Amino acid sequence: MNITQILFWFLSALTVFSALMVVVSKNPVYSVLWLIFTFFCISGHYIMLNAQFLFIVNIIVYAGAIMVLFLFVIMLMNLNQSSEPKKHRWLRMAGVVAGGCLLLVLVAALKNIDIKKQVAETNTGDIGLIGNLGKVLFNQYVVPFEISSILFLSAMVGTVVIGKKE
Amino acid sequence: MYLLMIDWWFILEKFLLVGFVVTFSLLIAMYTTYAERKIAAFLQDRRGPNRAGPFGILQPLADGGKLFFKEEIIPLASSKFLFVLGPSLAMLTAMLTSAVIPWSTPLQIGGRDVPLQIADLNIGILYVFGVVSLGVYGIMIGGWASNNKFSLLAAVRGASQMISYELSMGLALIALLMLTGSLQMSVIVQNQIVHGWHVIYQPLGFLIFFICALAECNRTPFDLPEAENELNFGYHQEYSSMKLGLYLFAEYVNMFISGTVMATLFFGGYDIPFVNEASWGLSPNLLAFIGFVVLLAKAFFFLFVFIWIRWTIPRFRYDQLMNLGWKKLIPLALVNMVATAIVMLLRNR
Repeated sequence: MNITQILFWFLSALTVFSALMVVVSKNPVYSVLWLIFTFFCISGHYIMLNAQFLFIVNIIVYAGAIMVLFLFVIMLMNLNQSSEPKKHRWLRMAGVVAGGCLLLVLVAALKNIDIKKQVAETNTGDIGLIGNLGKVLFNQYVVPFEISSILFLSAMVGTVVIGKKE
Repeated sequence: MYLLMIDWWFILEKFLLVGFVVTFSLLIAMYTTYAERKIAAFLQDRRGPNRAGPFGILQPLADGGKLFFKEEIIPLASSKFLFVLGPSLAMLTAMLTSAVIPWSTPLQIGGRDVPLQIADLNIGILYVFGVVSLGVYGIMIGGWASNNKFSLLAAVRGASQMISYELSMGLALIALLMLTGSLQMSVIVQNQIVHGWHVIYQPLGFLIFFICALAECNRTPFDLPEAENELNFGYHQEYSSMKLGLYLFAEYVNMFISGTVMATLFFGGYDIPFVNEASWGLSPNLLAFIGFVVLLAKAFFFLFVFIWIRWTIPRFRYDQLMNLGWKKLIPLALVNMVATAIVMLLRNR
């Protein structure tokens, strides 16, 4: 095992563990903090694929902005164990069944993918570097890129309109 | 020396550099508290600390010692782990930014070029931006774990202030990126050595960046999270002993690091203005030292301005702060960005 593999297995174990802790934690604030930690682990995987831009965008957007808002809302709502309503038993069962169905769909979707041919370019791939990514985005995929930016713009305008309504 | 396919000299050299940068930042932060009190005294026509040692030069040590020996109180109703995590994160995020700053030209030790930059990332500026956006967590986690409504309110205030000012900071940086065409810190400094400092091309961008840096460091006039008369003591009200010390100290480390970032991005980094120091024929090690001193001089200038502003301008009201951030700085930064783009397009034709 070389150092890349050691790092990969370590990061993967950490990712799965922290993702589990998101679900298992009783206190919602802890869940959010574990989720932030999960994002950092995933960012670590991006680094190992030499996708520096994806790494930093993942941190800026998810860990730095979206999760702060999550934390905001949860802290202000002051959720804790005592205020959480007891869930009905069959509601829990329904949750388990729904989650199981999702797992089934995911497994069925990924079952036929030929992973063997797609080798990850650890440390050597350069598609994730910002220059290459920018060239692909603004040449090959310029129309989808512009459409998604219009989507963001309309979301922003919508927020302002809702915020202005007294 | 290769073992396990790792260049151990490289590891050692980076390890020493990290150790040096961290120790040095802490030392600077320590003496910034002294400078802050002396300058405040000067501006208010007082003497300032002058008991411990000549000119009170040992005052920071006395303060630090006092903080270490104070009784440590952890509120019973709070979450202990998060309560300790808060100040640690504040200090960590303050230190992390220093990883991409090019401190000077490379040293030459035993035929090896040792770059005085911990990591020359392809995405240097974005890394700074990312770490700044993580700075919120130290405040929020500490404020929430204190289990005190004043702390929580102050933490929420601080977080929303930081998020608001990050936007205009990012927009001001985009204009800078158009000039250099690279996100790498070393390339940005080289570009300034060749073409002149960025502050000449981007005065408005620098002004916006400077205001945002003040807000991100929670310095007056943006120190809403610690507004004593409204929130008692702000997000660190329940903290005592060295945990409080870490919060206060992180602010000074932040100031120093953001001073160096501003010097690197807009004021040429380790470049000496008007001269070509490479033609002096000095040894590379001496040149690296001179460059380092020049960068420090620029950073100290910004530290002085930060302190000067604190003891001159009163604090904003909360709605004024939000108005300035969202209705003045962001449009201004957008105009700056578009204007830069148009000028560059016209000049290329």
